Amino acid sequence: MTAVAVAGVGIHPFGRFDATVTEMGGHAVKAALTEAGIRNGGFQAAFCGAAYAGVAAGHKVLGALGLTGMPILDVEAGCASGAAALLLGAQAIWAGQYDTVLAYGIEKMPKGIIRSSFFEPWREEAGLAATPSYFALRAQRLMRESGVTKQHLAEVVVKNRANGAHNPDAMFRKPVTAEDVLASRVVCEPLHLWMLCSPNEGAAAVVLRRADLAGPGAVRLTGIALRSHLPGAVLGEATPMAGLVDDDFPSPTALAATDAYEQAGVAPADLDVVECQDTDAARELLSYEELGLCPRGDAAKLFDEGATQMGGRVPVNPSGGLLSKGEPLGASALGQVVELVRQLRGDAGPRQVDGPRVALAHVVGRGANAAVSILAR
Amino acid sequence: MPVHEGLVHEGLVDDGRLVGGHCRSCQRPHFPELSTCPYCSSDEVERRLLSDTGVLWGWTAVTAAPPGYRGEVPFGFGVVELPEGLRIITRLTEADPAALRFGQPMRLAIVPLHVDDGGAGVTTYAFEPADER
Repeated sequence: MTAVAVAGVGIHPFGRFDATVTEMGGHAVKAALTEAGIRNGGFQAAFCGAAYAGVAAGHKVLGALGLTGMPILDVEAGCASGAAALLLGAQAIWAGQYDTVLAYGIEKMPKGIIRSSFFEPWREEAGLAATPSYFALRAQRLMRESGVTKQHLAEVVVKNRANGAHNPDAMFRKPVTAEDVLASRVVCEPLHLWMLCSPNEGAAAVVLRRADLAGPGAVRLTGIALRSHLPGAVLGEATPMAGLVDDDFPSPTALAATDAYEQAGVAPADLDVVECQDTDAARELLSYEELGLCPRGDAAKLFDEGATQMGGRVPVNPSGGLLSKGEPLGASALGQVVELVRQLRGDAGPRQVDGPRVALAHVVGRGANAAVSILAR
Repeated sequence: MPVHEGLVHEGLVDDGRLVGGHCRSCQRPHFPELSTCPYCSSDEVERRLLSDTGVLWGWTAVTAAPPGYRGEVPFGFGVVELPEGLRIITRLTEADPAALRFGQPMRLAIVPLHVDDGGAGVTTYAFEPADER
């Protein structure tokens, strides 16, 4: 099987803008194509991740750039939509179908709590569809089972916002203190407003190419997996109405990570840098355990050791994470890939991790959809 | 009237109990009632009324009205563990997180949600602390 390399990346900053989702997508796609040195005809298929952008949103982006004619697949997989687009692109190259493909993700979210057609209207009416309330229950269980305190939740925000201060593509670029975080209003105990990421707008794009056609030293996509949930857990991104009294169901994130590690031939100990889904501060800590960065129950310990800080053993969210960037659903996964490609190339400027060789990107959300991508140089 | 049909049993006996399902193939309970087992895909499922008491497994309070919600805030929200081995997502009658504790005995209650545009009261199931009265 031929290897897959990243030939170019591009991003439209994440935040709030006057631009349309089509314009933001075009900005990111143009940047990625320019980096890859290709124009019209330079890629044979395109895969666009989006959840709220409407019918054939990916077609509109490429149509506005005069880049149509090839198959364009619009892909929805909740918070993992961009990763699903990347997966399809990689698979097409691995299958030998194409030499070069474009994966991009776009979104322009409404403000406030994400309204999701995933929930039946009665469930919204009954108050059983408030997304942060599910995050809060998960945070509370993590506090009970993994030694996590409210102070840890605040410190995760402090870490990511400090990293995000160096990221010109992030929405929030002002460092915060734990006191600031704990002074923000309680949305759902134990989660305060600043512990939750903001749905917002943005776009990101990645050009994939057969590694033997890419330049020497190009970053490679060595593993990518998308998994759904196994039934049984009451908490988790599938958000069922009930679950079983059993705490041993593997999470969709753990399933995707296992697949991706096997594909890439690496173990968690090999990772030099990680971008993970910090929808809320507790979600980042839970991801440490689900991705195998530490044993189950040790999230607080790993954080206390400083392992996930810049300069630590495995810095997590050097971009600032979703807590700094915000979360444009279709674009967030590819935004992580853009960051990690820059990190692996040594192009991350003031937020550069020291000499990374293996990197992991993780998203998880509604569906459930969990995706893990592994990049290496 | 209930916020959604089929969640709560209406009858002379066992009125107000939650309606779940039990799989004869894998012997596991589910809620709400489904025609196919959500764990093993068997169609050998039968209706079971669920226990109306349990213990508190997790809780929070929703402080701002989420999209599509017309009732009062804050309101309690959590997970109650039932003796048949099921954890249920539910509203809680207690909206102060500090007033609740892990393992607290809880009891099913039917509570008002809001009054709809036609003037009808809409109700839903919830759990309330069972050790306070």
